[in-house]
Amino acid sequence: MMIASLCRRALLGVSLGALATLSSLPASADQITFVSQGGAYQKAQTVAILDPSAKKLGITINQDSIPDAWPAIKSQVASGKPTWDVVDVPTGNCLRGGEQGLVEKLDFAKLPNAAAMPEAYRSAYSVTYEFYSSVLAFSRKKFPDAAPSSWADFWDVKKFPGRRALRNHPFATLEAALMADGVAPDKLYPLDVDRAFKKLEEIKPSITVWWTSGAQSAQLLNDGEVDMVMAWNGRVSALMGEGAKVAFTYNQGILQSTSLCILKGAPNLATAVRFVNEAVDPVHQANLPLHIDYGPANPKAFDTGVIKPERVAQLPSAPDNASKQALMSYAWWSSPAGEAAEKRWVSFMQK
Amino acid sequence: MLALALPALLVILLLIVLPVGWLAWQSVYHDGFTLENYRRIWSEDIYWRSFALTFQISLLVTLLALLLGYPIAYAASVAPKRWSIVILALVVLPFWTSVLVRAYAWLALLQRTGVVNQVLRQIGVIDEPLALVHNTFGTVVATLHILLPFMVLPLYATMQQIPRDLMQAGASLGAGPMLTFWRIFLPLSLPGVLAGSTLVFVLTLGFYITPELLGGGRTIMISMLVSRNVELYDQWGAASAVGVVLLIAVGLIFFAVSRFIPLDRVLGQK
Repeated sequence: MMIASLCRRALLGVSLGALATLSSLPASADQITFVSQGGAYQKAQTVAILDPSAKKLGITINQDSIPDAWPAIKSQVASGKPTWDVVDVPTGNCLRGGEQGLVEKLDFAKLPNAAAMPEAYRSAYSVTYEFYSSVLAFSRKKFPDAAPSSWADFWDVKKFPGRRALRNHPFATLEAALMADGVAPDKLYPLDVDRAFKKLEEIKPSITVWWTSGAQSAQLLNDGEVDMVMAWNGRVSALMGEGAKVAFTYNQGILQSTSLCILKGAPNLATAVRFVNEAVDPVHQANLPLHIDYGPANPKAFDTGVIKPERVAQLPSAPDNASKQALMSYAWWSSPAGEAAEKRWVSFMQK
Repeated sequence: MLALALPALLVILLLIVLPVGWLAWQSVYHDGFTLENYRRIWSEDIYWRSFALTFQISLLVTLLALLLGYPIAYAASVAPKRWSIVILALVVLPFWTSVLVRAYAWLALLQRTGVVNQVLRQIGVIDEPLALVHNTFGTVVATLHILLPFMVLPLYATMQQIPRDLMQAGASLGAGPMLTFWRIFLPLSLPGVLAGSTLVFVLTLGFYITPELLGGGRTIMISMLVSRNVELYDQWGAASAVGVVLLIAVGLIFFAVSRFIPLDRVLGQK
């Protein structure tokens, strides 16, 4: 009895829901579904970028979140009826999606805000949305005076004795190895993969942990389990905010990004394009670092006056910090050579 | 009889046979029949290294679980009722905590600034902290802790069924406690040993969280290659082929073992 009535109520709910969807169909032209990675990051975007954009454009932004959107993008586009419009994903996913026909090619004539961004910050299929950086972080307890300030220092176990951790992934790690070997940050690509792995072999015996999650990298440094580590700037800033005796340098950091791209056959293509342009508006972009330790993708955000000078100095994409760093080439990493380097990683770890 | 077993068989068919079969199918079919996924496993030595390491760790964990678990199960089976309940409760207690939490707990215990190293340093046993975690050692310790109940419970169940008068009969014939244990109790407890060892061995083969969190990136067990292949090749088949090979390897091992030990008789207790 109980179950039967529950079922009936559920069915009623479904049909009401279906009716609601139907009745809202005519208005669907001015709404989009936006997908990001959830957590504090998505909340920060909602306040800084999504809500203001929705208000300005007079549209509704429905949100979804998923830690790794790539498999869902593939299956949604393969089904022929994607439900998502715009995704915020690692830039490499947009590039690969473009190659495989999973995302729409962008018409930059309709994206004036994006068109004004540096060419390195966009591709035919994507616009950079925000920046973070893989930086050299260290314990101020272990190194109170002379601190390691380059990847050459990280590799120098005599001058800077201590325990070390690197990420268990080739992204940024191969770049760091090449910089330690003397390659200039702006001359990295195409990566000399053999040279990078050879340099990594050199430091391998001194690596205590190869970390797999951002939380782990922070825990290792905070607990004194390692004295220096390659970590994401936001993770180290969070520790510093809690009063941990740690610090990091942007020198030779590797600037990484997520980008916006639009799914092939997106249900609200025209609105999606309008949203992508609005999302990289300098003022919205300048709002983002007020809520989270990520840097704006649009350099014009730094001219808006929204971000205070002391905050600018902390951000990975601030002009003074960006000029000290290497900009990761997602185009190289999604090329056959990049994919081969990624596959080679496990065999390096096993030896 | 068959009608009674039907619902259970149906559940097994729907939840095990079909999904596993589908995954196995994916490993040989991707836009047409292909053996590419198997050629890759055959030709790249990363797979062999991980298979070898996985079997070594599984064997080690099984042996250690047996060495630790046998005395515990024995104590529980001979102790007075009240005490045996306490012992078994202590064995089962960790089941109430998630595997992830226990892995982190081991990290807090074993790391360089962890409890174990601090105590050893304070009592002067060591000068420099020992590398107890971020390696295979830490992985084995945590895996062993998580799987110990799977050894103790089958052992206890078997030992409880061993008639105590057999030992008395042995003693009446002049055998000492060592001899009665060695000649009577131990052989009769073998079904439990085999059941527990099988469980622990097979479960360790598929472990993921402990090597991922406590292996420091170096302890690459086969389950980690499965997840890597999903990410790297964007296909279920590239990952499920690894699982199929593992399944076949385990099947062959049990077939080989069964030629020396009559598994059906030992496990079925006929």
